Amino acid sequence: MSTSNENGPVIEFRKVAYRFAGGQELLNGLNLQVRRGETLVLLGRSGSGKTTTLKLINDLVAPSEGEVLVEGRATTQWDPIRLRRGIGYVIQDAGLFPHFTVERNVALVPTIEEWPSDRIRKRVSELLQLVGLDAGLANRYPRELSGGQRQRVGVARGLAADPPILLMDEPFGALDPITRAELQREFLALQQRLQKTVVFVTHDLREALLLGTRIALMEAGRLVVALSSDEFTKSSDPLVQKYLDAFGAGCNGKRP
Amino acid sequence: MNVFQFIVQNHAEVLELTLEHLWMVAASTLLAVLIGIPLGILITRKPGWDKPVLGGANIIQTVPSLALFGFLLPVPWIGARAGRLAVLALTLYALLPLIRNTYTGIRGVDRAVVEAGRAMGMTDRQLLFQVELPLALGVIIAGVRIATVLSVGLATIAAAIGAGGLGEFIFRGLAMVSDQLILAGAVPAAALALVADLGLGWVEKRLSPQ
Repeated sequence: MSTSNENGPVIEFRKVAYRFAGGQELLNGLNLQVRRGETLVLLGRSGSGKTTTLKLINDLVAPSEGEVLVEGRATTQWDPIRLRRGIGYVIQDAGLFPHFTVERNVALVPTIEEWPSDRIRKRVSELLQLVGLDAGLANRYPRELSGGQRQRVGVARGLAADPPILLMDEPFGALDPITRAELQREFLALQQRLQKTVVFVTHDLREALLLGTRIALMEAGRLVVALSSDEFTKSSDPLVQKYLDAFGAGCNGKRP
Repeated sequence: MNVFQFIVQNHAEVLELTLEHLWMVAASTLLAVLIGIPLGILITRKPGWDKPVLGGANIIQTVPSLALFGFLLPVPWIGARAGRLAVLALTLYALLPLIRNTYTGIRGVDRAVVEAGRAMGMTDRQLLFQVELPLALGVIIAGVRIATVLSVGLATIAAAIGAGGLGEFIFRGLAMVSDQLILAGAVPAAALALVADLGLGWVEKRLSPQ
């Protein structure tokens, strides 16, 4: 992916609206910038438009109005295949291919990018190590793994071709609390090393405060505020207050 | 003399008619696979094509088989040889289960998995051949199985237009009021259907994911 504008935003939403063909509105008037190397968390409840916002970035949906720029170029101007191969994507329950082994799942993008097979093999073992998976799992199928292991495979798959941008849609949402905390910690450590530009969707304020450089709060298809984690807990915005109240202790200004 | 004695005594004719029967079933199923599976794939790709195509295949299936053989009789080239006509009629009948199962099989693949593939930058072709078809394969083979078993039964009626097959015995038996002759056609036909069902059932199980 070209990186012509090193200092500009990596992703930029300009007056973006998204409507279904029937006219139902999911997003309106969205202006938002994502800076290089930050983890921007999209926080909001179901139906607030956060997943749609994510899908606009890799052109899984196209804006009805306005434009989304990735590396300075509108998503509609990108070849969608090239755009998507330069953006890692990790979703809830991992969305792994059930008929592919762990190795083939992780190797997906390198394979369709036609890397030589020894390079792919090397990259897969590197990635499994990176996400804390035993190399012996490479030949297992997703159904033979635990939820936490599947999610680690999902993260490894998203990172496989070393994309500068990573989109994560509630990646830890379906995990038990202990595994979730473990994966969140590892994500932080990983992000410190890799410095990807990450857009992370969640409805969990604790997760947002823990992982996000900035938090963009969404409600009913609109962006309410976009603040750093510290600013967020001090904000007097009524909706922010509602979130802070709902999550209670551990969210009052300090990272849990 | 019971049926089995009859079959043993007339084994040459039984074998010949069984082979004729098999040929009709194999040729029509193969043709239906070659037409039905691509058509089933196509209607998952073209919005709005699914209802008319499935509806059309449905209507063909509602035409009584004897009537369908009759309708095809005046068609040039096809109508000239009973064998051709029978294969075409059987192909038309086999289309519905193949189109429908291919369509529902692909549509039934977990949307999250397909979308993950799309989000990773897979082309439509790669998604189809590497994700959708492998995951739908069990359902598609189930369609081939239904179509084959259906054809084995329907092919007995092809004897009515002189296309041969095990229906020969059945129609002869009906004319001569001979249970033995009817059974000499019906028992091997039922055995063929069972073998096809079991064989393709085994393939279906082997090829189904999980």
